[in-house]
Amino acid sequence: MNKGRNSKAVSYNKWGYIFLIPFILTYCVFSLIPLINTIYNSFFECYRAGLTQIGPNFVGLANFKEIFLTPDIWIYLKNTMIMWVLGFIPQIAISLLLASWFADNRLRLKGSTVYKTIIYLPNLIMASAFAMLFFTLFSDGGPINDILIKIGIIAKPYRFLSHVWSSRLLIAAMNTLMWFGNTTILLMAGMMGIDGSIFEAAEVDGATPNEVFYKITLPLLKPILIYVAITSLIGGLQMFDVPQVLTGATGDPARSTLTLIMYLNKHLYSKNLGIGGAISVFMFIITGILSLIVFKMSADD
Amino acid sequence: MDNYKITKKEMSLSWRRRIAHLTLIVISFFCLIWFFILFVNATRSNGELTRGFTPIPSSHMMENWIHLIHGDLPVLNGLLNSVITASASAALTVYFSTLTAYAIHAYNFKGRQAMFTFILGIMMIPTQVTALGFLQLINKIGLDDNLLALILPGIAAPVTFFYIKQYMDSNLPLEIVEAARIDGSGEFSTFNRIILPIMKPAIAVQAIFTFVGSWNNYFIPALVLHSDKKKTLPILIAQLRSADFLKFDMGQVYIMIAFSIFPVIIIYLLLSKSIVGGVTAGGVKG
Repeated sequence: MNKGRNSKAVSYNKWGYIFLIPFILTYCVFSLIPLINTIYNSFFECYRAGLTQIGPNFVGLANFKEIFLTPDIWIYLKNTMIMWVLGFIPQIAISLLLASWFADNRLRLKGSTVYKTIIYLPNLIMASAFAMLFFTLFSDGGPINDILIKIGIIAKPYRFLSHVWSSRLLIAAMNTLMWFGNTTILLMAGMMGIDGSIFEAAEVDGATPNEVFYKITLPLLKPILIYVAITSLIGGLQMFDVPQVLTGATGDPARSTLTLIMYLNKHLYSKNLGIGGAISVFMFIITGILSLIVFKMSADD
Repeated sequence: MDNYKITKKEMSLSWRRRIAHLTLIVISFFCLIWFFILFVNATRSNGELTRGFTPIPSSHMMENWIHLIHGDLPVLNGLLNSVITASASAALTVYFSTLTAYAIHAYNFKGRQAMFTFILGIMMIPTQVTALGFLQLINKIGLDDNLLALILPGIAAPVTFFYIKQYMDSNLPLEIVEAARIDGSGEFSTFNRIILPIMKPAIAVQAIFTFVGSWNNYFIPALVLHSDKKKTLPILIAQLRSADFLKFDMGQVYIMIAFSIFPVIIIYLLLSKSIVGGVTAGGVKG
């Protein structure tokens, strides 16, 4: 901080507080109070049974006991993680490959701006509309089955959304498609930040492109890779739009694609505030821990 | 090509280039094919659609569109609601995020570092975990089933704030502020007349991101909006899914999806250069 500027700016500093008022006020009203309220609700029994309203009665940790002791939340956590991992592995593999090409000065790829524009496009598409599109394209009598039959890969329509693994894979594939462009651009920025003279030195020493990638690029990229993995995990835990619309809110077949947020959403709709609150607090703690790791990492930079 | 060693190196480079292009073309194909099928199917009538897929567009786009807007779904209302919500969110978010970033950038008040750390800390709290309390709150203050409940929270947008603050750090020297003070400009008018224009590039990128984010938003709007007159496009899309779609006219289904997706694609293609460039600094999403 520049000392000279400090003394000059002194009389204006109250404006800093004034300009912060809208942010702080809005944050308190629409985020902080709701957060406290959500946590508060998690300690109460409060739901509707038919036409009668039960509660709110203080029940301590009973809601948490209920969600942790019934298998549901663990099944949905498992579903969410399976679909995240299935989507993340191809995403990071493709992104690393593409980013290393885009960032390679010797390769000088023609039209790389066009490619970048195309691969980022799916990220901006309305996820619910994209899921509805995939639902119609992959339906039993839809265009994908039609094309696969015409070119002779399958003999009769494959029911993509009636099998556990094809449903999960479809959701994972949509996540990959929507996020690999974003990850590519982040990794590319990270690679371009690496000091070019390291690559020149490696080239002079006769390193092959593969050696350069595995022994120089990858280790130097580790902080960004961890950042990408954790932020993607935080995003993955929030998975909702795609499975919700693709499966029509059921999470079928046999609830194998039902995610944590879909579970929360069910309780928000049925106004079971106690259980809904407990699930929210559970999600808040997990994402809080993950965010803290990212936060620490960025602070160290 | 008088040096054998260079020739060999050039050869391997040109091969790597070919592999890279081939891979990128395949990947681009998988990014675009869905939108191509969507476009083709949106131009075909229900009868043509049941006969199977062809890659050749037909001529029923207008017909599908007319059926859609005269159908059960309040599509035009949905479009209007989406446009209002997304534009108002974008405007409020960028204006107040810039103001917040400016407060921390230009003034050296007590607790400024703490405030900055606090905003970074809350950046990653997902809206889903506060949704329950949020719904209770808007019920209490009478914003239930009201678009304002989706617009106003945008005033406090930590991610947008962070991006704009980063941009300020490298593009807004404080000498400009001091020069304005010497000229007798008030602090608030300095912000509106001098700072905002300088920040235009960052504001434009963030306005687009906020607009698209709000346009696509489904989780919170689906919980807040109940009456048909208030619903935004993503909610109508989800409703389309829960309707027994086989009884539906598939031409209408496709034109409805196309109608929700293509405006964003067009905006994106017009502005793609600044958007792709803007990802790097603001990238804290899934």
